[in-house]
Amino acid sequence: MRKIIAVIMSVLLVVSMLAACSQPTRQTGGGGAKKKYAIIVKSTGNPFNEKQIEGFREAIEELGGEVIAKAPDQPTAEAQIQMIEELIAQKVDAIAIAANDPDALQPALQKAMKQGIKVLSFDSAVNSQSRMVHVNQADAERIGRIQIQAIYEMIGGEGDIAILSATSQATNQNTWIEWMKEELKDPKYSKINLVKIAYGDDLRDKSVSETEALLKSFPNLKGIIAPTTVGIAAAAKVLTDKGLKGQVQLTGLGLPSEMAEYIKNGVCQWMYLWNPIDVGYLAGYTAHALVEGKITGKEGEKFEAGRLGEKEVIKVDDGTEIMLGDPFRFDINNIDEWKDVY
Amino acid sequence: MFSKKTLNTRKIFFQWEWMLVLIFILINIINSLISPYYLNAGNLLNATMTFMDKAFILLPMTFVIILGAIDISVGSIVALSAVIMAVLYNTGVPMPVAMAVCIAVGTLCGFINGILIVKFKELSAMIVTLSTMIIYRGIAYIILEDRAAGKFPAWYTFLGWGYVAGIPFSLIVFAGLAVIFGLVLHKTTFGRRVYAIGNNAVASRYSGIEVDKIKLIIFTVTGTMSAVAALFLSSRMGSVRPNVATGYEMEVIAAVVLGGVSSQGGKGRMIGAVLALFVIGFLRYGLGLINISSQVLLIIIGLLLVFAVLIPNVRSKLKIKVRR
Repeated sequence: MRKIIAVIMSVLLVVSMLAACSQPTRQTGGGGAKKKYAIIVKSTGNPFNEKQIEGFREAIEELGGEVIAKAPDQPTAEAQIQMIEELIAQKVDAIAIAANDPDALQPALQKAMKQGIKVLSFDSAVNSQSRMVHVNQADAERIGRIQIQAIYEMIGGEGDIAILSATSQATNQNTWIEWMKEELKDPKYSKINLVKIAYGDDLRDKSVSETEALLKSFPNLKGIIAPTTVGIAAAAKVLTDKGLKGQVQLTGLGLPSEMAEYIKNGVCQWMYLWNPIDVGYLAGYTAHALVEGKITGKEGEKFEAGRLGEKEVIKVDDGTEIMLGDPFRFDINNIDEWKDVY
Repeated sequence: MFSKKTLNTRKIFFQWEWMLVLIFILINIINSLISPYYLNAGNLLNATMTFMDKAFILLPMTFVIILGAIDISVGSIVALSAVIMAVLYNTGVPMPVAMAVCIAVGTLCGFINGILIVKFKELSAMIVTLSTMIIYRGIAYIILEDRAAGKFPAWYTFLGWGYVAGIPFSLIVFAGLAVIFGLVLHKTTFGRRVYAIGNNAVASRYSGIEVDKIKLIIFTVTGTMSAVAALFLSSRMGSVRPNVATGYEMEVIAAVVLGGVSSQGGKGRMIGAVLALFVIGFLRYGLGLINISSQVLLIIIGLLLVFAVLIPNVRSKLKIKVRR
């Protein structure tokens, strides 16, 4: 009989553990009539995503709302669909999402919009039927072209180059890569040969092994462009470890805090990024403007976005966007002042 | 000690299915305490939609594990059959035909698994399905090359998102299939033979049971049901990529084992596996409603599994002690 009691006790132990895990969130959840703003990023453990959440939180706290932040453990659309369902059940007022797939979230997000939830995408867009507006960090064309121009300068105008991207469905990465290909059509790049686009899935190990595979398969590789923060850091580590500094050039989009070491040791001469905190901050103010009815996501509407000043909704392809700004160049001269920021 | 009352309490504690019912009730009580949004019939029915795609694979997987085998290629079969369906639809094939092909592809994949397992007895089901898991997903990647396909017609959304009389369509289909699979397992000669093979395949063979034929049928049906899961999943997603359903095999096997089906084979009931599926599904949903981070969620489900695997051992020791 004592053993049976032991079994019951262990069940109770698990149960109380579950209850204990939920305790802190419950306290923050009891905020009363505050408007609820949800943010879903691509995956956990991505520092860039964490900074976006930080910016979103900053904006919503300025505006007196409540933030619900969610990050799936795998960068998949399936996981994000489940999270959207959970948010609909919680009756949030707005959902801001960085999508893992542009089309796969359409049924879920349309369901949310039907229930009166304001939906916007940021960073990585969903298709225009699945959102009211998209918050874009910078002009995709400029981001794409500028990276080709950078690698052109670094490798002295000729040789094999490769791209190390995130997942193959990441909308933003794919658009930039399209613009890179567009830039490469210019006759001045005739001696540059884009040999492969590899996908590291924004996972550190996979990005490392993809970089190693690139180096093995293309011994004449002169340059790598990694338009993803996880990818560029992984590639920089591989190039440093293998002592390939100067032989294989590296540029792309990276976090100053993670790349400072490699910009200082010369593996990556310079790279670009915007401020993910500002992307999240702008997404927060946009969500608020939608919830308060100041904007509806139509072309030409304007609203005040806190410290970023006035922003305007513009038309892009078949949807609308709000643009944050241009990508910023980080090099040996300014990396020290930025590496502690993010 | 041996009055009728104590016998009943003993039954409740010694039958895992009853423990699962208790756990299920507890989880619902806790969830409704921690989230004000949990106890809402509409929301709970919606929540079932998020794990119904896996649920279809759970039914044949229970048979596979009672056989004493395992099939870890199911996630890849889902991906391959969904990818072929989406690509066909995008090249102009009518959707109903593409759906039929999806089922055919899944069935063929399962049949290949079955043939390999039956013909090469020196290879365990684990090794065979590990190989086909890699091959099937590999083919999906060759076909679609890291791209997405689909944008299915509007009516197709009904499968994964539709309701009949306020109940999710996927749940209705699952309930119907669960009853059929349960009846076959527990009420037919076929079902009894599955248990016999799981307990002792060699003895079953000598007593005239067509072990190979039964194995082949079960692995083929597992493929078919994976394709059914692919239909519902792709309907929910609206578009398909080669990496869909990654890790589904582990989640399904976990639910079956939590359901009290012995990984050694020969033991377990369909109702246990189905209950366990709802336990895990509702636990995930409840914790999602209070926005617990996904890593913590994984740890909690992991602990629940360890607990489930340990309990039968503790119980069997207990039984011996109580008898003494």
